Amino acid sequence: MSSIISIQGLSKTYEGGFTALRSVDLDIQQGEIFALLGPNGAGKTTLIGIVCGLVVPTGGSVTVAGHDIQTEFRRTRSRIGLVPQEITIDMFTRVIDAVRYSRGLFGKAPDEAYLEQVLRDLSLWDKRNEQMRALSGGMKRRVMIAKALAHDPDILFLDEPTAGVDVELRQSMWQVIGKLRERGVTIILTTHYIEEAEQMADRVGVINQGEIVVVEETGALMNKMGQKHLTLQLAEPLDAIPQALRVDGLALSEDGTALTFDYDTQADRTGITTLLASLNDAGVSVRDLETKQSSLEEIFVGLVGGQA
Amino acid sequence: MNFRAIWTIYHAEMARTGRTLLQSVLAPVISTSLYFIVFGAAIGSRIDQIDGVGYGAFIVPGLVMMMILMQSVSNAAIGIYFPKFTGTVYEILSAPISAFEIVIGYVGAAATKSLILGALVLGTAAFFVPLEIQHPLAMLAFLVLTSLTFSLFGFIVGIWADNFEQLNIVPMLIVTPLTFLGGSFYSISVLPPFWQTVTLFNPVVYLISGFRWSFYGVSDVDVGISLLAILGFFLLCLGIVWWMFRTGYRMKT
Repeated sequence: MSSIISIQGLSKTYEGGFTALRSVDLDIQQGEIFALLGPNGAGKTTLIGIVCGLVVPTGGSVTVAGHDIQTEFRRTRSRIGLVPQEITIDMFTRVIDAVRYSRGLFGKAPDEAYLEQVLRDLSLWDKRNEQMRALSGGMKRRVMIAKALAHDPDILFLDEPTAGVDVELRQSMWQVIGKLRERGVTIILTTHYIEEAEQMADRVGVINQGEIVVVEETGALMNKMGQKHLTLQLAEPLDAIPQALRVDGLALSEDGTALTFDYDTQADRTGITTLLASLNDAGVSVRDLETKQSSLEEIFVGLVGGQA
Repeated sequence: MNFRAIWTIYHAEMARTGRTLLQSVLAPVISTSLYFIVFGAAIGSRIDQIDGVGYGAFIVPGLVMMMILMQSVSNAAIGIYFPKFTGTVYEILSAPISAFEIVIGYVGAAATKSLILGALVLGTAAFFVPLEIQHPLAMLAFLVLTSLTFSLFGFIVGIWADNFEQLNIVPMLIVTPLTFLGGSFYSISVLPPFWQTVTLFNPVVYLISGFRWSFYGVSDVDVGISLLAILGFFLLCLGIVWWMFRTGYRMKT
């Protein structure tokens, strides 16, 4: 895949002196779903704002499909759709007029058939003649997505698209995002629901205090940075871990009925075979065992130092 | 040029007026008509002619200009302030539109609205007082230039305003007093010499004087100076708007 957005040395310091971005380098691949994760104030929205033209950077450069976002803003912005974090719509406008307005702003000729398809995909077609103020919160958020898609962009920024949305609507939104990906739309999203990023994103980037901490394919990140936990349910409780079994990563539960062992899946030797042999030698019987991989959320919390 | 985007902004602004027809059109026309009834018909019948023009007819250009000034400023100010207030301005700023195109859309719509209202007031005035227009082309030029200039000024106010109080303070505390003291209801020649000089620092004097000349061929200041004054103010407003967009003043962070 080729890079569709290229960010080089991007910096932003606001007038009050707060530095939101510190020389960020990032490449977004064409057609991927990229999840940008980070605690509040990490710089996610500033980064999106700069690419979309809402925030003026203090340093660095951004190109979209090879075009500079400042000197060739018409070419770059016409390819981008933005769904901001807040629901910001004219409450007295009808749904259909709002999406027509968005399409017109981007200089696209009217295309009622396309707008109908967008509204149908988002289950908004029946509401097309309703004023925004008559819609529920979830519907309004869908309208925000419809407006961002009205000019048929091939890059879509979604800033916290599922914040405050109920489970059913969240799932239907992810279905829509899945369809967009099938159409080849590049999607960059921020979310606090990290399990969603784990399920949907091709790649994950973690930003903290204005710096990109890690960018990795979701699966590779989990393999590389994730740990596995082995839990051994003991046939007889122990008072303490026998001297012969004391190795790094092994712990006894408070009630003495289980041993837990953290191990690195990428290490040459995980230590599991040795541990099981040692247990046998020490005469400790195991009733049951299970393994569990650390979630993306646990990896994320580890990366940002508990600030999430 | 993104003509479709300009049309989209223009059309949306005009549609907003359509949604609030009573407030946007009927209210200003009625309130200005009251001036004709009170000052033109009732009190005006007891006032002598000014510069050979009956008082009722004399105040018509001033009242039309007052309507144009007030409506241009408030329409353009609300037009850009409302998206800022609701946050929908993000869509305009992230669209492939230049600052110039945004200004044409908003200022064009505000100027169109105020011109329509000015025409309505002029038409209403014809019911109350005899009107003559000696220089119709000059009248049109003054109307268009004034509505564009003050719509630009309103646009600046809308970008500058951080709250509704600031949004209203400029029309109420600056534009209205300047219009009343700019010769809407009198010729500045009736003032003592000192106040005549002071009045010349009021830019609205030049607008009303020039506009009145286009009706009756009489003016307080030379019509050429009036045109230069309005052109100067137009260029000044254009420069301020250009600077605002270049720096992202109160629009971008």
